[in-house]
Amino acid sequence: MRSFLVALHGILLPALAAAAVDFARDIEPLLAARCVSCHGARTQMKGLRLDNRNDAVRVLSPGKSDASLLLRLVAGLEDKRVMPPVGARLTAAEIAKLREWIDAGAVWPVSAAAATGAKSKHWSFQPVARTAPPATRNQTWARNEIDRYILARLEREGWEPSPEAAKTTLIRRVSLDLTGLPPSPREVAEFLGDNRGDAYERLVDRLLESPHYGERWARPWLDLARYADSDGYEKDYVRPHAWRWRHWVIDAINADMPFDQFTVEQIAGDLLPNATLNQRIATGFHRNTLTNREGGVNIEQFRVEQVLDRAATVGTVWLGLTFGCAQCHDHKYDPISQRDFYQMFAFFNSTAEMNVDAPLAGEMGPYLARLSAYRNKREEILARYKVADYQPAWEARMKEARAFPGKWTDWDHAFDALTKYLDHALQILDTPPAQRTQKQTDAMTDHFIQNYHRVISKELWKELNWGEARKQLRELRGAYPALSEAPVMAEGATRPSHILTRGEWKKPAEPVSPIVPAFLHAPPLGAAPPRLTLARWLVSPENPLTARVTVNRVWQELFGRGLVRTPEDFGAQGEKPSHPELLDFLASRFMDLGWKRKMLIKLIVTSATYRQSSHARPDMDARDPGNALLSHQSRLRLPAELVRDSALHVSELLYPAIGGRSVRPPMPKGVIELAYGTDAGWPESTGRDRYRRGLYIHFQRTVPYPQLMNFDAPDASLAACKRDRSNTALQALNLLNDPVFVESAQALTARLLREQPAPSVAARIEHLFQICLSRPPSRREAEFASGYYQQQTGLFERDAKAAAVLFPLEVPGVSRVETAAWTGLASAILNLDEFITRE
Amino acid sequence: MHYDREYLRIQQRRDFFRSFSGMLGGVALSNLLGAAEAGGGNPLAPKKPHFAAKARNVIFFFQEGGPSHLDLYDPKPALQKWHGQPLPPSMSKDLNFVFVKPDAKVLGTERVFTPHGQSGTEFSDYIPHIGAHADDICLIRSMHTEAFNHHPGQALLFSGSTQFGRPTAGAWVSYGLGSESQDMPAFVVLSSGKGTSGGSMNWASGFLPSTYAGTVFRNSGEPILYLPNPPGVTPETQRARLDLIRKLNEERQYDTGDASIASRVHSYELAFRMQSAAPRFLDFSQESARTLEDYGVNKEPTHPYAVNCLLARRMVERGVRFVMLAHASWDDHQELNRKLKKNCAITDQPIGALIGDLKSRGLFDSTLLVWAGEFGRTPVGQFERVDEDPGRDHHPNCFSIWAAGGGIKGGQVIGKTDEIGLQVAENPVHIHDLQATMLHTLGLEHTRLTYRHMGRDFRLTDVGGRVVKQMLL
Repeated sequence: MRSFLVALHGILLPALAAAAVDFARDIEPLLAARCVSCHGARTQMKGLRLDNRNDAVRVLSPGKSDASLLLRLVAGLEDKRVMPPVGARLTAAEIAKLREWIDAGAVWPVSAAAATGAKSKHWSFQPVARTAPPATRNQTWARNEIDRYILARLEREGWEPSPEAAKTTLIRRVSLDLTGLPPSPREVAEFLGDNRGDAYERLVDRLLESPHYGERWARPWLDLARYADSDGYEKDYVRPHAWRWRHWVIDAINADMPFDQFTVEQIAGDLLPNATLNQRIATGFHRNTLTNREGGVNIEQFRVEQVLDRAATVGTVWLGLTFGCAQCHDHKYDPISQRDFYQMFAFFNSTAEMNVDAPLAGEMGPYLARLSAYRNKREEILARYKVADYQPAWEARMKEARAFPGKWTDWDHAFDALTKYLDHALQILDTPPAQRTQKQTDAMTDHFIQNYHRVISKELWKELNWGEARKQLRELRGAYPALSEAPVMAEGATRPSHILTRGEWKKPAEPVSPIVPAFLHAPPLGAAPPRLTLARWLVSPENPLTARVTVNRVWQELFGRGLVRTPEDFGAQGEKPSHPELLDFLASRFMDLGWKRKMLIKLIVTSATYRQSSHARPDMDARDPGNALLSHQSRLRLPAELVRDSALHVSELLYPAIGGRSVRPPMPKGVIELAYGTDAGWPESTGRDRYRRGLYIHFQRTVPYPQLMNFDAPDASLAACKRDRSNTALQALNLLNDPVFVESAQALTARLLREQPAPSVAARIEHLFQICLSRPPSRREAEFASGYYQQQTGLFERDAKAAAVLFPLEVPGVSRVETAAWTGLASAILNLDEFITRE
Repeated sequence: MHYDREYLRIQQRRDFFRSFSGMLGGVALSNLLGAAEAGGGNPLAPKKPHFAAKARNVIFFFQEGGPSHLDLYDPKPALQKWHGQPLPPSMSKDLNFVFVKPDAKVLGTERVFTPHGQSGTEFSDYIPHIGAHADDICLIRSMHTEAFNHHPGQALLFSGSTQFGRPTAGAWVSYGLGSESQDMPAFVVLSSGKGTSGGSMNWASGFLPSTYAGTVFRNSGEPILYLPNPPGVTPETQRARLDLIRKLNEERQYDTGDASIASRVHSYELAFRMQSAAPRFLDFSQESARTLEDYGVNKEPTHPYAVNCLLARRMVERGVRFVMLAHASWDDHQELNRKLKKNCAITDQPIGALIGDLKSRGLFDSTLLVWAGEFGRTPVGQFERVDEDPGRDHHPNCFSIWAAGGGIKGGQVIGKTDEIGLQVAENPVHIHDLQATMLHTLGLEHTRLTYRHMGRDFRLTDVGGRVVKQMLL
C-alpha cells in the first residue's frame, strides 16, 4: 500500500510540472466515463452522486486527498473494495490527476456539462461557430484554411508538420481515396510529367468526375444504412430489389446531390410534393432494416422492432448520438429522454413498406413489347395445372383460419406462412380478386402454388405436380424481360404511438406524437407532414449536429480517424474534437457550399495537411501516439471491397460497370450451407459479372461473402459508423489462395508480359511495381524480386507440370517456366502490405 | 523548417534494427516471430486472466434449435398423467408460445429415464453415453432465457443480447485470454448437420476486432477457407513466395517506419503454419483403433460429429482456446421421437467418448465443457399435420443444459422445474449467469471483461449475470 502511494507521488510530481489539471479536460470526462453511470442523475448507488460538487463533496475531502474516500477507493486503499467495480482499474496517471485536483480544492466550475441541469451546455449542442482561421508562425506551409487550424495547434505544442508525400504516393493516395482504384502507370506518368502549379488540383478534379467516385463514396453510406441483400434472422430471405436503392445512392453521389436534399429524399422523399420515382426510391434507406419471417413470430413485434431501429438509426446517422440508449430508459449521459426517443419513433410508426416498379433506362420498351406474350404463356401454365380450380377455396379457408385461430392447426400454420412470406398478404386477401392489381394477383397465386402443400395430403400434392408448374413459371419469368423494382416507404394508416416500457412492444405507456427532441433547435415552420418536417429539421442550418457529424465522417475517410474520434457518439460519452474550431469551420463551410460533398472533399484533399507524408514520426510516437494532431498522414489498410477492387483493377479483370444488380462471385463450397435460411443457395454469377467491384457482391446477412468479412466489412445489422482495420492470418490465406486473387495474379502476369514484351527481367519487375504500387522498385527491392524470379525459374525447370498449372495460358515467345515464375512474383506483389494499404 | 529527414531515417533505421535485430541477414523464423510479437505484432498473444483460472480451454457443444429437456434431461412422470389434456388455466394463463396455443394438449414422453453413477442423476434412454459420465456432469434443469425465436435466442446465448452485432462468447474469451496455439486461431468452429439459423453471427466478433472471430474448420475438403495452395504452388514455392513477401514488407517498414507492418509479417507466418498444421488435425493415423471406435469415427450416423469431437480434443491439446461444435437442428416441431432419436444417435456416443478421452489424457480438469441449446421445448404438444407425429414448440421459460470439466463440480443437479417442466420451480439460472460462470472458470471476472463501444463499456453478460457458485468446484 505504501509503495503504491510512493509510486503515485512519483507520477504526480512530473505531472505537476508539465501541466495543471484541468477539470473540464481531465476530471469531468473521467467521472462521466467511469463513475456517473452508477452515481449520477439516474442511479445513485449508496446514495452517492458524482455529477455535481454538492453531492460529491462528502467523498472528496477537498484539499486533503489523503482523507478522500473517493481517492482511497479508486486507488485500492480500502479493504476489499475497489472503484469502479467494472472494467479496468483507473490508471496511475488518472489517479494522480484526481489527487491533484482534490488537493487543489476540487474546484468544480458550474458551467461544466456534468453539472446538474446544465447538460445542454455540451459542446456539440451549441451552434456551429464561425471563426477566422488562426494565425501561424510558419507562413509558408498552409495551402488553405484547414492547414492554419492544424498548424496553429501543432505550433502551440512546438511541433512540426511533415513534408509533402512523394508525388507517386500522392496520386496513389488520392486515387484510392476518391475512386477506390489505384492509378494506372500512364496516369502516374502524366501526373509526374505535369509541371503546372495546379497539376494536383487538376488530378483531384478529374477523379471527382470519375463515375467510380460514386462507388467509393457510396460504400460508407451503405455501412450507415445497414445495407444488405437479405432479410437477416433465421429465414434470411433474399431481397431481390435491395440493389435498386444502392443504385440510387451511387447516382446521387456521382451527381453531387447536396447532402440536405440527399437527406430529405431518403427520410421523406415520398412526401415531397409531386414526388418523382427517384425521390421515392430514395426512401429505400429505411427498408434496409432486418426482417424476421421466422415461423410463429409476431408480425407486430417485428414491425415495432423495425421502427425502433429506424428511430435509433436516424439518431446515429444524422445526429451522431446514441439515441437507441433511450429506448428503455432516459439516456444516462445525454439529455435524450425516453419520451424524446418515442417521439422520434412516432415519425416512423405510420409508414408502410411497398415495392414499386423502378425501371432503369432501356428496360421499359422491351418489357412492354413482350408483356402480352408473357401474360398469355403464364395463363397457359396456370390453366394446364388447374390452379384456378383450387385457389378460391384455399383463400376462403385462409380467411376462416384468420377468423378462428386455433381451430385447425395445419391451416393456422399455412396462414402464418401466408402473412410471413407474402408481403401485404392481408391487404391482398381482403381485396376481391377482380379488384387486385396484376402484381397482387400474381403474388398471391405464386404464394398459393408454393405453399398449398401445407394443407393437403402428400398424395394430392404429388398428383397436382405443382413442383413442375413452379419450375415452368420460374423459367418463363427468366426468359422474359422484367422491370426493376425498388423497395420504398410510404405513409400508411396513422397508428397511435406510445412510450414502450423498457422498450417492450407489448407494454405501451403514455401516448406520444412525432416531435423532434426538445434539447435541440425548433422544427421549421410550415404544415408539412411530420416525417418531411423531421427530414427538413435534420438539415436545418440551425442543426448543430448534422453538418458536424457529416464532415467528421468525410474527414475520417480521408485521414483514418475523425476530428471527433467517436463518429457514432457526439454526446457526453463521446470524445471531444481534437480541433473544435476546424470542425466548425468545415461544418459551416459545408453548409455554405450548399452541402456539396465534392467541394468539401476537394477542400480537404488539396490541403497541405492531407498531402503530408504518411511516414511514421518517431519523434511524435510518445507525444501524440494516435496522431490526433495530424503531424503526418496515416497509412491505412484498404477496406474489404477495395482490397478486391485493387487486385481486379491492376490485373484488368475488373468489369467496371457502374451500379446495377448484386452479383455472386464464386464462393468456396460449404460456405452457404453454414446457415439454413439460404434456400436460394449461391447461384454463381457468370462472365464479366464475376469481376465486379466488391460493393456489388450480394450480401447475405447470415453468411456474408468470406473475403468481405475477413477484411472487416460490417455485418449490416446496425448502422456502422467506422470500420475496424484488423490484420489476421485469414486475410493472408485469403490473398494468397482465394481463386479471385490467384486469377488476378495470372491476369496480371498476362498484362505484364503484353505491356513489357522485351525479355528483360529488370524492366518487367519495374513495370510490375509501377502497375501495382505506382512507383519503381528500390534497388534492394529489385534485387529481392529478381533473386526470387531466378530461384523460381530454377524450380519450375525441374517441375514443368507445376509451371503449366500455375499459369495455364500460352504467351507467345515466353516459356511456361517464365510465365509461372512471373505469376508467383505477381502474386507476391498483390500480397504486399503496401498493395492493400493507402499510404 | 527544422525537419531533418535524414535524421529521421537514421532514427527509424535504428528502431528497426532494435526490434528486428539482424533479421535482414536471414535469421531463423522463430526469432522473427519473437521479434514481431515483442513489437506488439500479435493481438492474440496470451494474456493473464483476472485471477487464477481452473479452465484454460472451452469446448461448447451447441445443440441448435432447442433440444427437448423433457425428453433428455428433466424426467416428468406427470406428463404421462396429463397426456392428451389441456393445461389447467392456472398454468396456461400467461403463456406465449410460438406456434401452439396455450390450450394445446400436453404431450407425454415416451422416454425412459434411469439414474446414473454414484450421483444417481437421471438421464433419458436416448443419451446413455452422456449419462455414463453422470458423476462428472453438472446438470442445470432451471435454465431460462428471454427469447423464444431461434435467431434472437442464439444471439442471447452467445452474445448476451438479443440485439445483433455484439461479440460472441468465443470472441470475448479470445480477446480476454489470447491464444496459446502457435499454428491455429484462438477460436475455432466445427459445424455439422444442416447449418444454424444464426449462421456466422453465432461466432462473430461483433464490435471486437475480427481477429477474435471464430474460424470455421471444416471436417472434409479444405479445413479452413483458402487454406490450400493454389494449383501449381508447392510448399517449396509457397515458402519462397512468403520469404519474398516478408523481405519486401520489411523494406517497406524500413522506408515508412510503420511498425504495424510487423503484424502483417506475423499474420503471414501464422498463415503458413496453419497451412501445414490444419490438415494434420484431420490426420487420424496416430489415433488408436480403440479411440476411433470409441468416438464412432468410422461408422454412421456418428461419423461427422465423431470427427468434430475428436478434432476438438486435438485442438485443445494444441492450445486452441475455444472450440464450438455447432450441430443443427434440434427444432423438433413435428415427429419429436424420430428426430430426437436421430440427433442423439449422431451426437451421444462421440460426446461420451470425448469426455472419457479428455479424462484419460489429463485434459478434462483444464477444459470447460458446456452442452446447450438456445431454449427448451414445451410440455404441450404441437400437432402440425394430421398425418404426422406431433412435436413440441419452443420453450424459453425453462430448459436443461450441462457443464463439466475445468472448474465445474460434477455429479450434481442444479435447480428444479415444476411438475411438468413448464416453469422453473427452484434456483433459476439465466443465460447471463451461465456466461458469468463460464468466464469465472477461465479466471475472468465477467464485469471486468469489457470493451468500449458507442460510448459505453460492453460485456458478454450485458447488464446482468452472476456466477453460479454451486456449479463450481
